[in-house]
Amino acid sequence: MKKETEILVPLMTEVCDEGNICVEGLNVYYGDRQALKDINITLPAKKITAIIGPSGCGKTTLLKCFNRLIDSIDGTKVTGKVMLNGEDIFDPHADVIKIRKKMGLLSQRPYPLPMSIYDNVAYGPRIHGIRKKSELNQIVEYYLREASLWDEVMDRLNTPASGLSIGQQQRLCLARGLAVKPEIILGDEPTSALDPISSAHIEKKFVEFKNKYTIVMVTHILRQAIRIADYIIFMYLGEIIEHGPAHQVLDNPKDKRTSDYIKGIIS
Amino acid sequence: MKGLTYFSIALLFLILIGLIYKSVPILKETSFGNLFFSTEWQPLKMKFGLLPFIISTLYVTIVAVVISVPLCLLTAIYLSEYADKRVIAFVNPLIDILAGIPSVIFGIWGIIEVVPLVRDYIAPAFGTTSSGYTILTGGIVLSIMIFPIIIHVLLEVFETIPEDLKNASLSVGATKWQTVKLVILRKAAPGVISAIVLGLSRAFGETLAVLMVVGNVIMIPISPLDPGYPITALIANNYGEMMSIPLYDSALMLASLILFVIVLVFNFISRRILKNIERKIA
Repeated sequence: MKKETEILVPLMTEVCDEGNICVEGLNVYYGDRQALKDINITLPAKKITAIIGPSGCGKTTLLKCFNRLIDSIDGTKVTGKVMLNGEDIFDPHADVIKIRKKMGLLSQRPYPLPMSIYDNVAYGPRIHGIRKKSELNQIVEYYLREASLWDEVMDRLNTPASGLSIGQQQRLCLARGLAVKPEIILGDEPTSALDPISSAHIEKKFVEFKNKYTIVMVTHILRQAIRIADYIIFMYLGEIIEHGPAHQVLDNPKDKRTSDYIKGIIS
Repeated sequence: MKGLTYFSIALLFLILIGLIYKSVPILKETSFGNLFFSTEWQPLKMKFGLLPFIISTLYVTIVAVVISVPLCLLTAIYLSEYADKRVIAFVNPLIDILAGIPSVIFGIWGIIEVVPLVRDYIAPAFGTTSSGYTILTGGIVLSIMIFPIIIHVLLEVFETIPEDLKNASLSVGATKWQTVKLVILRKAAPGVISAIVLGLSRAFGETLAVLMVVGNVIMIPISPLDPGYPITALIANNYGEMMSIPLYDSALMLASLILFVIVLVFNFISRRILKNIERKIA
């Protein structure tokens, strides 16, 4: 009898649709501290998913699991699965380079690489073997346009990227990430260091990109989640408390902790 | 505090003025060309050609840095980017100990180990014979001596590179080594240069260990397997002796002044390079 129920309940990974990110039983430990506790969630493809929650609740850790940047943090242990297009990201045989290539990353503060604007965008494509100048020129222009930066930098492509304003730098980082043709864009509070106008730029880009990319962003700014998210995940102390379509989580939170957070009682 | 700061700055100038003052007699007596472009060092005949010593100093230092820098870079990269924390905890104190070893011990190590190595293996491999007391020997010993300083500075430099910058490179699918090569080293370039210059300054001034293994033959070394006679060795070997010879004292002071100026110039140039690179990359 017991065996039958096991068969009846399919594992989530088996129903993970193309493009969705399906997290199954994910635990992350930093040394003795457990940062993520049994995370089970499916992030929908070609939508903006916002991960919200108070500081230290594991939002960024979850994000770092997706592109395996968690690997480079000393003393971490990860158990569980993250499935994408039928492959487990944490499979010991998984090709980390390929996984990371699939995901563009925007960090809290823009980190332009210590080279020219042009070389920043060309960095990824060059690493993946594109050498032809004409092809690179095309790529650089295309993705700078894609990130709405081309018009501002077209006449100084060979100047250091550090000379750009911080908002421009973040758009450059966006272009750099897009240039390796990812399927997913990961944003780790991508607007938290930006002025309101630059933030609006990035938000607008995200909304535009939504039918091309799956976007997952961590945000501290509740209003930002309200403005652009289709799907919301609320995390608290390493657990997912509630998730669902944005309006449902924001308007009718089921859990008291979610409503407390939305009202600003816990932060 | 302020007073002490000014005092240490003043000390620098006092030493400089002292050296210049003491060097004046020989500069008055002997022509510039006979001092700096002559290879004849015969104090009894009043011939004080400093060229062999200047060349030897530069030569030994360059050999030391050429050997040391690649090793230090690779070590520092390994320790900061690849090594396990336990390895770092084990290796760091060892590097400190290396820095604390008295230079005479490095000298003895050089005589016992490096001199035979150069004499029996390296020189024959290049088809020459050598006593083993050569510029190369001095360079090898010196390279080990400047190792700890360069590594320490490099480790500190790599420490300052933000994790998120590395992540930015990794996240587009770069490997760790690509990240090191294309991003970390580039970002660290000013620091790497200052580490090298610090090593250089130390190498210029190091006296004892070098004079024990470098041969101390007054000639212009052409091959690294020739012996040499660095400025520091000249001063250390001769100051206080034969002072009755006129101008001898002044000639040694001039040699000191040259060493002082070389180090100052190097520091100045490195600062300029650093500023330039910082402006370019930042």
